[in-house]
Amino acid sequence: MPVKLQGENLCLFRGERCLFQGLNFHVSQGELLLVEGSNGSGKTSLLRAVAGLIQFEEGEIHWKGESVRSNRQAFLGDMGWLAHRVGFKGDLSLAENLRFETGLRSVERKDMMPVLQRLGIERLLQLPLRALSAGQQRRSALARLILVNARLWLMDEPFANLDAAGRELVLELISEHLDRGGLCMLAAHQEVTMNNVMHRLRL
Amino acid sequence: MSDWDTHSPSLWGAFRALVRRDLLLAWKRPGDVLNPLFFFAMVATLFPLAVGPNEEQLAFSGPGVLWVAALLAALLSLNGLFLTDYEDGSLDQLLLSPQPLPLLVLAKTTQHWLISGLPLVIVSPLVALTFQMPDRAVGIMMVTLLLGTVSLSLLGSIGAALTVGLNRGNALLSLLILPLAMPVLIFGARTVALAAANDVVAAGIYFLGAFSVLTMVFAPFAAAAALKISNE
Repeated sequence: MPVKLQGENLCLFRGERCLFQGLNFHVSQGELLLVEGSNGSGKTSLLRAVAGLIQFEEGEIHWKGESVRSNRQAFLGDMGWLAHRVGFKGDLSLAENLRFETGLRSVERKDMMPVLQRLGIERLLQLPLRALSAGQQRRSALARLILVNARLWLMDEPFANLDAAGRELVLELISEHLDRGGLCMLAAHQEVTMNNVMHRLRL
Repeated sequence: MSDWDTHSPSLWGAFRALVRRDLLLAWKRPGDVLNPLFFFAMVATLFPLAVGPNEEQLAFSGPGVLWVAALLAALLSLNGLFLTDYEDGSLDQLLLSPQPLPLLVLAKTTQHWLISGLPLVIVSPLVALTFQMPDRAVGIMMVTLLLGTVSLSLLGSIGAALTVGLNRGNALLSLLILPLAMPVLIFGARTVALAAANDVVAAGIYFLGAFSVLTMVFAPFAAAAALKISNE
C-alpha cells in the first residue's frame, strides 16, 4: 500500500477568521503537494495544523491510513519540519546544533559531511549559528531535515533568504527525496517547477 | 528505494541530549546563570548590614530571609526557561520531535535546577555565615534548599510554560507560581528555624521531600500541556 498523507474536511479558524473549511487534500509517496496562496491566506497555519502545532476546528489528518491524532508519535517520527524560523540555537555551533538534533531523534550519527558539503556549509561547522547569514542558516535547517531521515517533509517557504543557486538546490533535494519514495508538502508563493508528480492546493 | 528505518527512539538519549544542549548554552552565557546566584547572595548579605549586628535578631530572621531570597532568585531565572526556545523556533522542533513532551520538559527543568537550584544550595552555607547560624542549622538548611529548589524549578516550569507566549509574562509568572510555592517556603523556613532552636526537624524535611516527588510526577505533564497551548 502506498504511503499517503490525507486531509479530510479540514476547517481552521484563527481568532474569529475562518481561514478555510471543507478543505481536502492527499499526497502519496513520490509526490509533492504545493500549497499556494497570497500572504496571509493561511499557508503557514495549514502546515502548522497538519504538523499538529495548532488544532483544526474540524476534520482529520490521516498518515499511512491512520488518524494522526491516535498515532501521533509514529507520525512525528516520520515527519521533518522546516519553517520560517530556523529553530537552531544561535549561541551553539552548527556541529553542536546538529548533534543535538540527531540525539533528540535517536538517529544514528551518519557521516554528516557529504550532506553539509552538498549544501555548501561544511566550513561553517564550528561557527556559532548567529554568525551565519540568513541563507546559510536556512541551508543548515535543510541539513537537519536530511539528517533526521524523515519521510514526510513539511516545508514552509523553503526558498526564503536563498540565492538562485540555493533555490535550485532546494528543488533538487526535494526531487531526490521524492524519487526515494518520500513525500513533501510545501508552501510557497513562487512558482515551483519540477518533473515529479505535483498536486496544487490553492488557499 | 532506500530504507526509512523508523528507529526506536531512546528516551534516555533524548533526555541527555537536551540537558547537554542547555548546559552548553548556559556555559556560553554565564551571565544568565550567575545573575540569580548573585541576587541571592546580595539580598542575604545586605540584610544583616541593614538590620544591624545584633546576633539574636540575625539568628531569628536568618532562615526566613535566606528562604525568601532563594525563592525570589529561583523566580528570577524561570522566565527564560522556554522563552528563548519559543523565540528562535526550537520550541516547535521540540514539540514536533517524536519524544514524549513531558520527558523533554523534565529535561529542561533538570537543566534549570542544575544551573540555578544547585549552585544556590552550594553557596548557601557561605551566606548563612552572615546570620550566625549554628552548624546543625546550616546542614539542615542545605537539605531543605536542596529539596525545595527541586520543587520550585518544577512548579516554575508550569508557570513558564503558561506564560511563554505572552509579552512580559514575568509578573504573571510570579503571580501564578508564588501561591503554589507557599508550602515550600513555609516548611523550608520553619524547618531551618526549628533546627536553629535544636528542635525536631524530620517532619518538615519529609514534607519537602514528598512535595518535590509530587511535583516531579505531575509538573512535567502539566507544563507539557501548557506548552502546547501557549505555542499555538
